[in-house]
Amino acid sequence: MTAAARVRGRAWVGETPLFAPVDLALTPGGWTCLLGPSGVGKSTLLRLIAGLETGARFQGKVTRDRPVALMAQDPGLIPWLDVTGNVTLGARLRGTLRASFVPKYPGGRASGPDQGPDARGAKPPATAAARAAHLIQAVGLADRAHHLPANLSGGQRQRVALARTLFEDRPLVLLDEPFSALDARTRAQMQELAARLLDTRTVLLVTHDPAEAARLGDRILLLRETGLTEWPAPSPRPQGGARPYDAPEVLALQTELMRGMMA
Amino acid sequence: MKTAMLLVVTVLMLWQGIIWLGDMPPFLLPSPAAVLDALWINRAEIARHAGFTLAEVALGFTLGATLGAALAVAMGFSQKLTGVLRPILTFSQTIPVFALAPILTLWLGFGMAPKIAMTVLIVFFPVASAFLDGLMRTPQAALDLAQVMGAGRVRIMRHLRIPAALPGLATGLRLAAVYAPIGAVIGEWVGGARGLGALMIHANGRMKTDLVFAALLVLSVLTVIFAKAVAIALHRLLGRYGV
Repeated sequence: MTAAARVRGRAWVGETPLFAPVDLALTPGGWTCLLGPSGVGKSTLLRLIAGLETGARFQGKVTRDRPVALMAQDPGLIPWLDVTGNVTLGARLRGTLRASFVPKYPGGRASGPDQGPDARGAKPPATAAARAAHLIQAVGLADRAHHLPANLSGGQRQRVALARTLFEDRPLVLLDEPFSALDARTRAQMQELAARLLDTRTVLLVTHDPAEAARLGDRILLLRETGLTEWPAPSPRPQGGARPYDAPEVLALQTELMRGMMA
Repeated sequence: MKTAMLLVVTVLMLWQGIIWLGDMPPFLLPSPAAVLDALWINRAEIARHAGFTLAEVALGFTLGATLGAALAVAMGFSQKLTGVLRPILTFSQTIPVFALAPILTLWLGFGMAPKIAMTVLIVFFPVASAFLDGLMRTPQAALDLAQVMGAGRVRIMRHLRIPAALPGLATGLRLAAVYAPIGAVIGEWVGGARGLGALMIHANGRMKTDLVFAALLVLSVLTVIFAKAVAIALHRLLGRYGV
């Protein structure tokens, strides 16, 4: 089976090696968890796959055969756009969503002609808007579709970021510690939600939390200063969900992974 | 408000006290009452001159702000252009505007044009500089997302960088609004017979110090009102962008 994306090579920050030669291949379909402590280059690997600036010197090869969507710890919400506006940001930035300079939700456009597709009070085009509304409902924010990010909690902001990621509708999804700033309960809920909504896609989850890797990983890769090690995942993950956070085998795996990180 | 009133009263008492104790002749330091008197007697003339000054300030401010903002966006697009223009811009600010006024009058005549040009020169820099600063500080998380989403440079500028830089632009505009009248008044000092600056120069020449003070008072009040109006307008228009 060919990999959905693959990074082979090594990287330095200045003259200091960031990671030893690695070969990271993402199996199509399913979740690959890249686990490791801070500063070993997990995010660098993810950014290489995304095609973003890393700040490190990379020597090697990156291949990717499908488009990506990105979700990071910083939800990167646009403060002047409401939830709907943030979810449809990609369409706005690609010019496929009709959007005036001054966003018009809620209550429709504030100015413009009286008739036609740009009319005052006109809703955005049905398809994008309907998809956005559907996704906002799917992440449980239907009653907050017109709230600004400043009026949302941290967990709700990550829900918006998840809906935005889904709106992009890309087969490969890169998650860069998306839940690490959340409290334990919200984090567990978000893991469940993400596992359900991203079910059919290929996912790379970068995390420093062994519990998260144990719950979500179909494959678990441990990145340390010495290189990349694959960790056997226990039972298959339930279809469209995360493993229970309190199952003995999940807790045992979490402990094992923690030992691996300390070694 | 109470503190402000107290401050005004204290300043007025000091002013009057100096006149009494120092036995100042009115052509050196007119009393507050004499200034108010001059303001009232010459109200029609002062108002006419103030109108000219205000028109120059408004035109120069609009033009300078537009040019400054446009240059900032152009520089935001191109690192190369920024590299070339930044030192030139900084260098241009080392030239005192006072020194330029006679040259501008020589080139543009005695009408409104050199005054507007002076105002443009004063307004331009703070606006361009503050806006460019804002354009360079778009949150990295948003820029990363935009890149992964496949956005082009122009759309990133329009939908992310410019809106995110509007608080910076507003800071520049509020600052420029306070300085704009200085440009107009310097222009009026140098040439022409209209505007509060011209009125002050002429009154000064005729030792009508009370009229100079009256014109100065009107200029200050106009500046405060203009700056406040700009700040309120910005907040109304751009409030949702955090201005």
